[in-house]
Amino acid sequence: MSVNRRTLLGAAATAPVWGALPYRSARAQAANTIRIGVLNDQSALYRDISGPGSTQCVEMAVKESGITQSGINVEVVQADHQNKPDVGSTVARQWFDRDGVDVIVDVPTSSVALAVNTLTRERNKVFLNSGAATSDLTGSACSPNTIHWTYDTYMLANGTGGAMVRAGGNTWFFITADYAFGHALERDTTAFVTAAGGRVLGGVRTPFPGTTDFSSFLQQAQRSRARVIGLANAGGDTINSIKQAAEFRITRGGTKLAGLLVFITDVHSLGLEVAQGLVLTETFYWDLNDRTRAFTQRLGNMPGGLRPSMVQAGCYSAVLHYLKAVKEMGAAAAKASGAEAVAKMKAMPADDDAFGQGTIRADGRKIHPAYLFEVKQPSESKGAWDYYKLVATIPADEAFRPLAQGGCSLVRS
Amino acid sequence: MLEDLLFNLQLVALGISNGAFYAMLSLGLAVIFGMLNVINFAHGAQFMMGAFVAWLLLTQLGIGYWPSLLLSPLIVGLVGVAMERLMIARLYKLDHLYGLLLTFGCALVIEGLFRNIFGSSGQRYSAPREFQALDLEFGDFFMPGYRVWVLIAGTTICIATWLVIEKTKVGSYLRAAVERPQLVQAFGINVPLMMTLTYGAGVALAALAGVLAAPVYSVHPAMGANFIITVFAVVVIGGMGSILGAIVTGFLLGFVQGVTDVVYSEASQTVVFVIMAIVLLTRPAGLFGRA
Amino acid sequence: MAEGSLVAGTVGAPAVEKEAVFGFTRAQATAFLVLVAFVVVSPFFLYPVFLMKVLCFGLFACAFNLLIGYVGLLSFGHAAYFGMGAYVTGYAAKAWGVPPEFAILMGGATGALLGLPFGWLAIRRAGIYFAMITLALAQMVYFFALQAPFTGGEDGIQAIPRGTLFGVFDLTSDFTMYWLVAAVFLAGFLLIHRIVHSPFGQVMKAIRDNEPRATSLGYRADDYKLMAFVLSATLAGIAGGTKALVFNIATLTDVHWAMSGEVVLMSLVGGLGTVFGPVVGAAVIITMQNYLAEFGAWVLVIQGGIFIACVLAFRRGVVGEIGHALKVKL
Repeated sequence: MSVNRRTLLGAAATAPVWGALPYRSARAQAANTIRIGVLNDQSALYRDISGPGSTQCVEMAVKESGITQSGINVEVVQADHQNKPDVGSTVARQWFDRDGVDVIVDVPTSSVALAVNTLTRERNKVFLNSGAATSDLTGSACSPNTIHWTYDTYMLANGTGGAMVRAGGNTWFFITADYAFGHALERDTTAFVTAAGGRVLGGVRTPFPGTTDFSSFLQQAQRSRARVIGLANAGGDTINSIKQAAEFRITRGGTKLAGLLVFITDVHSLGLEVAQGLVLTETFYWDLNDRTRAFTQRLGNMPGGLRPSMVQAGCYSAVLHYLKAVKEMGAAAAKASGAEAVAKMKAMPADDDAFGQGTIRADGRKIHPAYLFEVKQPSESKGAWDYYKLVATIPADEAFRPLAQGGCSLVRS
Repeated sequence: MLEDLLFNLQLVALGISNGAFYAMLSLGLAVIFGMLNVINFAHGAQFMMGAFVAWLLLTQLGIGYWPSLLLSPLIVGLVGVAMERLMIARLYKLDHLYGLLLTFGCALVIEGLFRNIFGSSGQRYSAPREFQALDLEFGDFFMPGYRVWVLIAGTTICIATWLVIEKTKVGSYLRAAVERPQLVQAFGINVPLMMTLTYGAGVALAALAGVLAAPVYSVHPAMGANFIITVFAVVVIGGMGSILGAIVTGFLLGFVQGVTDVVYSEASQTVVFVIMAIVLLTRPAGLFGRA
Repeated sequence: MAEGSLVAGTVGAPAVEKEAVFGFTRAQATAFLVLVAFVVVSPFFLYPVFLMKVLCFGLFACAFNLLIGYVGLLSFGHAAYFGMGAYVTGYAAKAWGVPPEFAILMGGATGALLGLPFGWLAIRRAGIYFAMITLALAQMVYFFALQAPFTGGEDGIQAIPRGTLFGVFDLTSDFTMYWLVAAVFLAGFLLIHRIVHSPFGQVMKAIRDNEPRATSLGYRADDYKLMAFVLSATLAGIAGGTKALVFNIATLTDVHWAMSGEVVLMSLVGGLGTVFGPVVGAAVIITMQNYLAEFGAWVLVIQGGIFIACVLAFRRGVVGEIGHALKVKL
């Protein structure tokens, strides 16, 4: 019998670990407290474009919304989804089920975003996505509880593909990461290139992940004599492609590199010497106009000395607009139904320093202009983070996929 | 015709120049495995540290590429020596799998620390301008001088290591210690010290490859993790414990990948694993291994 | 007997230990009852989704442990079977509307089908080589999962329906789903236990402890190793399939090499080769990940640190240490 008791004691030794995971949280869920969960990548690939910087932007939005003056409390929590859908969906479930979180913000990485999208709809909460690229969020996977705020693959392909051809880059060669995301980017961009009167001369598929040397592919691209080399890849692949393009002087004959998913933090890490001449599309640039500069100024110092990315600015803009809606409908109503809160947001025009004036469509797409930028030469840059010159502005009503084409079920009804 | 030939030649040359990285990394793994019977899972992380230390030397202390080529392997090698003394040395009497698990843990810690400190966007490190003198250019054929240098340096390092192990007295002690550690110990040679130094040397080789790679790839906390699984496959193909096998297989697979890049780019990563499967079926001990 | 294998009933084990029911020693039977009691009672106190995750990974770790604990082979590529099991279950449930019980079995069949050729290749070598080969083969599966149209690439298979069990029980409720997961887990756990204590299991252990001797007795060592490998892959596939239903998703994370590393870590923390260790290890690691979500970038460092600590100072794992202290095999 003594063995028996001691075994039980042994099992009990691990109990403290469990004790902290009650089924329902003891935390009081005050009716006038809105809880915002920032869920993003705090440790890997997308840390610099989202990460702690996004939380900083959300906190600034809370402060500037003036919501506390109307007697509504706001709490911000954050978590790292490690780019793993099951980690992300576990956190989201616990936030909704136990911790009384009303709205989840940011969520880069499409697989995690789609998982959170489904869950948010099930629990009737609010999902303000800024970080993910997939245009499915407002297409086949669209939801009355989700707003896709900052950008998507359709807009990137449209901006870089279409606008680039109009700016003279009419023959293309693609270096495509060999997986669904790369293929989709290539396919969408090809459509815009040909629609604008350009031609695609060829392409090469590069294994993903694991390709570290792109020089062979770049040389095949150069040999095609295309004027534009489209980089249908992301993250480290894009960085290595651009770096090696500079090493092999791919652009010496006037060939342009077009990055289909490049963020300002990537340009920062590459440096102007290497990245100069690269063309890319973003919806926010800190130095675009007086309002974006004012926004960046107010934000102050960011982790790692970075400047805000469009994803982080999107978190600010989305939360500001959400809190505006909450103020009008009252915290209790906003908490009771996420779909109602989102409907309220769709009914109100958006306006903030980061993105200017905008609207939200029935399918959950936030609409604002997009910008085709070219990375400056080192001699043109006047100071820290002076990286882009504006090549073309794609007006808000042309930047995103037309409402009817997305196949969103909310549109027909 | 000539143009096509030159173009293909250039791509193959690039492949072999990448093979130099495989060769250096699998060489380090083979040296460590031969002496310590440990598969060094932290090899990729140490490769990354080599690149990062070079970058730190440049940005923090203004020390350039050439001194870094010596300093960075030295520093990272010393870290390796500490790792061996403090941790790995405690496992020699146990199942070799514990060594694999331990170094896997080390790899996670190192990568995690670098991510915390330096973020994940990658840092830039440029090759000195003088390499442009080595640029090879005829018409469309263009090979940056730095890649030529990688090829020369990589080959030299590999051959030198092989010569040290096969032709010098130190090397003969080493080979003897691998075969019969007790006997060598009885001859008055300090075997534990030799093991420590061997691990340090293997790690230094990885770091040296890291410095060479820094200007080619972005200096990034995950840069080693990208490499290491492929290098493992290279090691399995070559056969463990064979120094020459590691070198030859490394270059050979670089060449094969270079050809695949042109012929069927989609397969240029998988080709290594397919070759591995074929080798396992026909020669389970590897191309150069002893059964 | 090799260090770390603390399982009762091995060849030459004292006859006293064989008295207890179902091949369990008395201590193990007690521990098993505690486990069952915990599985039954805990959903009333703890968050069921979290518990389901623990049970899925617990089964996965047990499957992995079958190979290292009883055959002495350390696989570094078990994510392949787990992940492909998740994909096939998810696809069957979503695209074909297969009922959950069959979808999960299909996940297991996938693990088996994949385990057969991979095992056949990998068992040609042992020890470190075996680990590296399984890692490389799993990497190929990862590339395949990334490319194949049915896996949904990096988006994965999303919104997998849990369906209705036997056409009667609606699994949308976390609580109902929990009982299915618990049943799958306990069945898998007992199956492993049963196999280990069958004549087949005895031969496996004989091969692990002394392969030439087992061969000289007329056992074809490779056949036994392969069977154990396939079995382990099958159970990993079942665990993956169940997880896909619980979380409604199957993604690349499940086939990534980091997942293979995670299951090694779970078994190591719990105690390699112990009966209950993998389950405890899974619980510890998952609980930890839950809390670490707030710590962001330190996840890697802490996980690596645990690896190092376990290997250097804590090789028996939680359960192994408890068993050692109590002088019983758990």
